[in-house]
This record gives sequence, C-alpha cells and structure tokens, in this order.
Amino acid sequence: MYQTKYHRPASIDDAVAALAAAEDGKFLSGGQTLLATMKQRLAAPTDLVDLRGIPGMSGITVDADGVTIGAATIHADVAASPEVAAAIPALAALASHIGDPAVRHMGTIGGSLANNDPAADYPAAVLGLNGTVITNQREIPAEEYFVGLFTTALEEGEIIKAVRFPRPKRAAYQKFAQPASRFALVGVLVAETDDGVRVAITGAGSDGVFRAGAFEAALNGDFSAGALDSASVDADDLMNDIHATPEYRAHLARVLAQRAVKAAG
Amino acid sequence: MTKVSMKVNGKAVSRDVPDNTLLVEFLREQLRLTGTHVGCDTSQCGACTVHVNGRAIKSCTQLAVSLEGAEVTTIEGIANDGELHPMQVAFNDHHGLQCGFCTPGMIMAGIDMVNRYQAQGKDLTEEAIRFELEGNLCRCTGYHNIVKAIDDAAGKMTGMARAAE
Ligand SMILES: Cc1cc2nc3c(=O)[nH]c(=O)nc-3n(C[C@H](O)[C@H](O)[C@H](O)COP(=O)(O)OP(=O)(O)OC[C@H]3O[C@@H](n4cnc5c(N)ncnc54)[C@H](O)[C@@H]3O)c2cc1C
Ligand code: FES
Ligand code: FES
Repeated sequence: MYQTKYHRPASIDDAVAALAAAEDGKFLSGGQTLLATMKQRLAAPTDLVDLRGIPGMSGITVDADGVTIGAATIHADVAASPEVAAAIPALAALASHIGDPAVRHMGTIGGSLANNDPAADYPAAVLGLNGTVITNQREIPAEEYFVGLFTTALEEGEIIKAVRFPRPKRAAYQKFAQPASRFALVGVLVAETDDGVRVAITGAGSDGVFRAGAFEAALNGDFSAGALDSASVDADDLMNDIHATPEYRAHLARVLAQRAVKAAG
Repeated sequence: MTKVSMKVNGKAVSRDVPDNTLLVEFLREQLRLTGTHVGCDTSQCGACTVHVNGRAIKSCTQLAVSLEGAEVTTIEGIANDGELHPMQVAFNDHHGLQCGFCTPGMIMAGIDMVNRYQAQGKDLTEEAIRFELEGNLCRCTGYHNIVKAIDDAAGKMTGMARAAE
C-alpha cells in the first residue's frame, strides 16, 4: 500500500473540509473494499477521511413507516437487529449473508452503497424495497441513485448519512453466492409494496442492479412462483464472465425470483 | 506518522507508526506478536483474524491508526496463566490442525462465533459452524476436525461461563 494520510473528523463539515483540502482524498468506512483495493495498488488516495468517528453515523431506528440505518452501521448489526428482523426480515437476512463474519464486523451499508459493486447485496435491497439514500446534501430515491457499474449519483464530497427503507407488505431476498467470494452470482429481492410488486436483481446486469419489469408485471397479476414460469429477463442485458454466461444468469434470476416469492409467503 | 495507543491482550501499548500500517503489521512487526498470520493479504483467508473490541475482524484489512483506544486480543492473549483456552485444548484434542498456519485465525474465529451464538441464545449447530467459518480457509485439514473442535469447545465454554457466575 502506498503512503497515505489518515484523518478522523468529528463532524460532517470537518470531513467535507478534509476531503476538499486533500490532493486526492477518499472517504473511509469499514475499509473492506477500499483498503483491499489500496493494497493491490488499484487505488492510491493521498488522504483517507474516516467517517466512523462522526456522531450519529451509525445506528438503526425503526418506526411505523420503516427502517432507517446509519451509513456507518456494520452488516453484523443489521443482521442481528431484532427490530429489523421484525420490520423487514428480508433486510436482516440479506445482511447476514454478506461475505463472512469478519467482513460483517467491519463493512458498512454506506460503504457498500457508495461502492455499488454490481454483485453486492445491499443495492438489491435499496432498489427492491424502494429505499432512499440520505446524504449530507439531499435525499436520493433508489431509482436515481444507482447509475452504473461502481457508479452512483453521489457527487464529489457527498457523504451518505443514512438509508431509509419503507416497510413492504412482504419481501424476501435470495442469493446464489459465487462460491469463492460469496458475492452474488445473482441475487433477487422481491417485495410487495403499497405501490405494487418490485423485483430488483443484483450480480447479473451489465449496468449493475436493475428492476425486472417482466417479473413485476407477472407478479402484479398473480403473486405466486408459478406466475414467473413463462416470464424472463433478457440475457442480452446480463454480464458474461468466467463464472457464468448471460443465459445461466437469466435462468438463475427466474429460479431465485420464484424462491423469493415462496419465501416471502 | 501518527501515534496510536491501544490495549493489546490487556496491556496498554503506544507506538508512532506510518498511517498506512495495517493492524497485522502493527501486531507482528511493532509488537512482535507473530502468532497472527498473514495468509493471503487480500481479505479472503482469515489467518489474520483477531478480536477488536470483542469482535473477530481481519487484521490485514484495517489500519492500525483507525483503532485508537481499541481493545485487541490476539492468539497470544487467550490462554490464562499458562492454561490453554478451551478452544485451544479442543483443537489439540481433535487434531484440528496439520501445518498450523490457519490455526490462530481459526481459533479466534471459533471463540468469536461461540461467544456470539451464546450471547444471542442461538444453537451453534454443525451447519452453523460451517457457515460461520466462511471467511477462514484451511489448505490441510479438510475442515472436519476443525468443526469438531469448535463444537466441543462450545460446550466447554458454556460450562466456563456458568462456573464463573
Ligand atoms: C472477503 C469479502 C467478502 C465480501 N462479500 C460480500 C458479499 O457477499 N456481498 C456484498 O455486498 N459485499 C461483500 N463484500 C464487500 C463488503 O460488504 C464491504 O464492506 C462493502 O462493500 C464496503 O463497505 P466498507 O464500509 O468496508 O467501505 P470502504 O471500503 O471503507 O469504502 C468503500 C467505498 O465507499 C466510499 N464510502 C464509504 N463510506 C461512505 C459514505 N458514508 N459516504 C460516501 N462514500 C463512502 C469510500 O470512499 C470507498 O470508495 C465483501 C468484502 C470482502 C473483503
Ligand atoms: S491475511 Fe488477512 S484474510 Fe488472509
Ligand atoms: S492446518 Fe494447514 S492451513 Fe489449516
């Protein structure tokens, strides 16, 4: 890892100022992506601005409308929260299958969403549950937040403070993990919300997480696994790599969506 | 350089280190606690697992300077006055190691999972142990004896907690 300067600001304003003053700075949360990238010398920020010391950045609040999770909340805390498990069980279950226990003890929801890895789990939750990303500047609806591979609507110096998830009527997430990395080869979140069924697919799309319109249409008519028998996602829009062909990913997407419908009950 | 102070295995330590020093480098090179191993250096293998504030983390993927004030426990810190921790005894009894390279990380991960499951009142089944070992790779044993060792130690660690009450 190249040399870098570490900062631990105590407020959002100080963090923004520290990043602005840096030649080529980056925010740091759990480091489970950023430090690994720096060790491989794929990133070499001159400055690291650690967001974890800022009061109010972590913690979970659950109310009648839904669940709000502070950006610096670690995956393990979301997974183990009885309040999250009661309000949106799919969300706690999703968090409990990210990486491995040590990764879940450091990795944060804010870091995961800022990174927007096309095979990450949380993007499926935010898009599928119609979540809102709350930053130091604005509130970004899921639909506008995810822009492409490792790309989001975040501006330079914009900090995710929290993520809000409205309560769905029912929801479930199913992931087919890539056996070595545990990232999603394909992951599907199915949610029945007040505004109809939403199906978000991660791990598969050439542009990152996306909504499967054909699945949603079928499930809006009939919320049953059988309703998806003849629905499909277009393999032309899916990733092709050494792990899976686009056709295989399309197949997994339907099977996992059907399992999610059953699991949602 | 930044001055960082933490408590390692119950002892207060303080060093001036370059900001890019990883926790595992701090432990091994500054404190000479070489029981914590570096297997992959890419966050995959778990040989570097230690406890920070009571939770298992990969010490190759955290900066020492970010852990100001933290309590760190390494494999050197779990025996009590020369008496091995039940997890260490169980790895010995069940032949849970061959070359031993992964063992410090396995033992720290094992203690962490037992503590978490017992705190949450959840049953640490064989399936759960295998799920929890996701981030710890062993190139020798084939895992069966590691799973048996953790299962055995889990029983003794409950006894330990009861005896202490
Ligand atoms: C072995 C391993 C297995 C993994 N498996 C999975 C998996 O199965 N599924 C999965 O989804 N993920 C997985 N991950 C990734 C993990 O979830 C990471 O924790 C996560 O992607 C990044 O979160 P972090 O807090 O560590 O962020 P960091 O690594 O600290 O930061 C990541 C990026 O986000 C930026 N950033 C961080 N916080 C903020 C913020 N609040 N506002 C704005 N920008 C910010 C940083 O500048 C950086 O660019 C795995 C990681 C490892 C090492
Ligand atoms: S050396 Fe840290 S995970 Fe392999
Ligand atoms: S005993 Fe050799 S790597 Fe596990």
